[in-house]
Amino acid sequence: MTIGIINGHLIDPASGISARRDILIKGGTIARIGESLRGSENIDAAGCIVAPGLVDLHVHFREPGNESKETIATGSCAAAHGGFTSVVTMPNTNPPIDDAGTLELVIRRAQETACIKIWPSACATKERAGKEMTEMAELKAVGAIAVTDDGSDISSSWVMRRVLEYADMCGLTFLAHCEDSSLVSDGVMNEGFNSTCLGMPGMPRAMEEIMVERNIRLAAMAGARIHIQHVTTADSVDIIRRAKARGIRVTCETAPHYFTLTDDAVRSFDTNTKMNPPLREQSDIDAIKEGLADGTIDCIATDHAPHAFTEKDVEFQLAPFGIVGLETALALVISELVRPGVITIERAVELLTSAPANILALPAGSLREGGPADIVVFDPAAEWVVDPEEFASKSRNTPFAGRKVFGAVRATICAGKMVYKTKNLG
Amino acid sequence: MPQPPEPSSTIVMHADAMAEVVHRLAQEIVGGNPDVEKVVLLGILRRGRPLADRLAAHIKEMTGISLPVGSLATTLYRDDLRAGMGHAQIGLAGTYFDFPIDDMTIVLVDDVLAAGRTIRAAMDEVMDYGRPARIQLACLIDRGGRELPIQPDYLGWTVAAGPREYVSVRLVELDGEDAVLLIPHPYKFGSGEASP
Amino acid sequence: MMTPVRTWNRKDLIGIEELSRPEIELILDTAPQFVAVSARESGIKKVPLLQGRLVVNWFYEPSTRTRTSFELAAKRLSADTLSIAASASSSVKGESLHDTLANIEAMHSDIIVLRHYYAGAPHMLAKRHASHIINAGDGRHEHPTQALLDAYTMLDHVRTLRGDRHATLDGLRVALIGDVAHSRVARSNIWCLTKLGARVVLCGPRTLMPPEIGRMGVDVSYNLHEAIHDADVIYALRIQLERQQSCLFPSLREYIKLFRIDRESLKVAPPHALIMHPGPINRDVELAAEVADSSRSVVLQQVTNGVAVRMAVMHLLANQPGRRTAPAATEERAP
Repeated sequence: MTIGIINGHLIDPASGISARRDILIKGGTIARIGESLRGSENIDAAGCIVAPGLVDLHVHFREPGNESKETIATGSCAAAHGGFTSVVTMPNTNPPIDDAGTLELVIRRAQETACIKIWPSACATKERAGKEMTEMAELKAVGAIAVTDDGSDISSSWVMRRVLEYADMCGLTFLAHCEDSSLVSDGVMNEGFNSTCLGMPGMPRAMEEIMVERNIRLAAMAGARIHIQHVTTADSVDIIRRAKARGIRVTCETAPHYFTLTDDAVRSFDTNTKMNPPLREQSDIDAIKEGLADGTIDCIATDHAPHAFTEKDVEFQLAPFGIVGLETALALVISELVRPGVITIERAVELLTSAPANILALPAGSLREGGPADIVVFDPAAEWVVDPEEFASKSRNTPFAGRKVFGAVRATICAGKMVYKTKNLG
Repeated sequence: MPQPPEPSSTIVMHADAMAEVVHRLAQEIVGGNPDVEKVVLLGILRRGRPLADRLAAHIKEMTGISLPVGSLATTLYRDDLRAGMGHAQIGLAGTYFDFPIDDMTIVLVDDVLAAGRTIRAAMDEVMDYGRPARIQLACLIDRGGRELPIQPDYLGWTVAAGPREYVSVRLVELDGEDAVLLIPHPYKFGSGEASP
Repeated sequence: MMTPVRTWNRKDLIGIEELSRPEIELILDTAPQFVAVSARESGIKKVPLLQGRLVVNWFYEPSTRTRTSFELAAKRLSADTLSIAASASSSVKGESLHDTLANIEAMHSDIIVLRHYYAGAPHMLAKRHASHIINAGDGRHEHPTQALLDAYTMLDHVRTLRGDRHATLDGLRVALIGDVAHSRVARSNIWCLTKLGARVVLCGPRTLMPPEIGRMGVDVSYNLHEAIHDADVIYALRIQLERQQSCLFPSLREYIKLFRIDRESLKVAPPHALIMHPGPINRDVELAAEVADSSRSVVLQQVTNGVAVRMAVMHLLANQPGRRTAPAATEERAP
């Protein structure tokens, strides 16, 4: 049996194709890409874009430990719903993924329950405490795709340097959560006029920039690769731009909310506007858009961070940081970046597919004959209203509820299997 | 400022008639109170106060006694406010009198008596300030439409006003003229409608 | 002269920032009659405007002054009052704020007076619950009734001084001195005074001045003499002694040297300048005893006026036309 995805506009940034093409899938792989192809079953993608399944370098699936927020099963369904076929899970679970046993558990759970491809990252330091490094060689052998202490910084520069060196030796990229936590203190939102008005403790931009700068310098010294997570400030973009110009092996990501919302949104005291790093200001949004357009920012990741309703339904300062993002990411990229002309649709697809895949050398993010049949079909012009009730994720903590957006996923195919499709798909 | 009289309004009491009526009311108050030196006058804001001052002037002329005169706002005791039916606005002008009322005869003075609810509020307010020997009521106009069992002790005129007519008392001190008008349509007051 | 008819249309009083000047003036114009109620020398110091209503004082922070003032205001309006102190409440049992309020409302409360240590707590409750919520201080954010009673006190003073009962605060020069960063009193006062046309200058250690505060429409100075030399009102904020440990200023000794309002520093201020403080005063720290007790200090008038202003607020909230019962909350509860 063959499946044809026909009449669609194919965008594959890896090969540079952006044209009307049909795809023929056989088993788990792409059999042919060409014109006027028909399978034994066909998906009519007329008016839609056919692209590699989306890749997200930054998700929290909460398993093990916090299965009431999300599981690998529900998280992968949310990913499929959002067009993603490959995600990198963060290791700040409970217990944290800092040894081979826990990592094996996650890999096994992913094999048993996930409908898309799960690429687990592991902790860089034991218990994410920033003191002793994990057994990275063994973690790599078991299946870790990267190391990170996401959610915390490694405050000791000495430890950070050694972690970068050792990870590089193991062939692992360090994913850096850049936050000078001593500067943040009890901060819960961007430090600026809004935090002043609200009387809420602020998280100054420098908390991020200090660590972006330090980590890049340490990586340069170690000759190691480093990937900066969730960039939010104009100066961070600038620091990274200059580092790249000097040839330092640094890559970075931002998340859709950082180019969509400013800290004005916090004025509502909606705890779904609380995340770390926090929403910044318009000048930062402008710089992030520029960075996405000129290539300083390599990719877009969601930092999908589910929390139960009850946990978020509290006073702003008590609420946990984080929002879900998998099911709104593509639409926000199209609505906020493509439609206003900040980037082309081809660049948008690149930021969500080949670019993140290349950072961690994932076998994903491209469409080629003989390659895995990980494909998303989406209608870039379709308008819809974000309704958290329709999320496949276990959690609903989004600041975008009720927002009108463009770009709807019609079908997600992972390894040749249809893992999500809309009801009315031809 | 109060609205000017509508063209269709009827004058039911002219200035000279009003002067006569006020004079008669003063006589009746003196007649009704053999111990007139124990009388204090409390004018209900806003038009009861000038009327109380006029009554006091007449009584001084008749008896040589200056009766104390004070103001009662009654706003804080209005039942429509508590019921969420009135305008919650409470003006700057408030209750003021600087004499004791215990064991005195209080004559409440108001321009128009209608439902009787203002007088009920006024009596409650007075009682919170002390224990008068008795309370009497003097009104310039009784327009009917009583909702409480309250009757004036001293009444100027009775005006038979319908439910969709408004009785407007105009006084020189506040309005530049003395007259009582009958306005044949509901008086609009802010966004709501004043009770007839 | 007849005061223009204005009506109050808000379910809650949560902050000054969202109020318009006419709304603030409505509250201030409603207060004088309540001042008179409390000042009755003989007779009963109460009116029946909130008879049979339940006012719940729900305080997560200890606050003798504000809680007493609200309780007295409610009692002088003839309301029933109930006090819930944080230690006695179920917050310690892990019950959410929403659940606790739902339980209070199940006993048919009308007005909730909330003091909470986090910004936005009254906002989140007001969106979902039907009770009238009065913010009695949320974190460092706002303390609206304090600002209103302060404005009333200034207005009363200005009107008496000028013999004009319709005088306004336009052009009044107010200096707020001290720990602005941690002060909800400062924030509410800034909104209130600037909306009423006063000119506000802030003065305190750089470390206790939050970023971009100038955008609230105020001037900032780090020099006390500069801040108070032309002030009509000098308002000292309470300095929390423990800030010293957070490395926000080196010592009380140095704070006093630079920012204390005392006879010495007042030499540069105009002789008519009023001295105000939200209380409780750290005597001889932010305010010297000799100044606090002087004739130019209106600290105790602030306390007296506080009861009346809170009576006005409760009356306006609970006795709105057409709102015999509190309206349904606007926000639907998410599942």
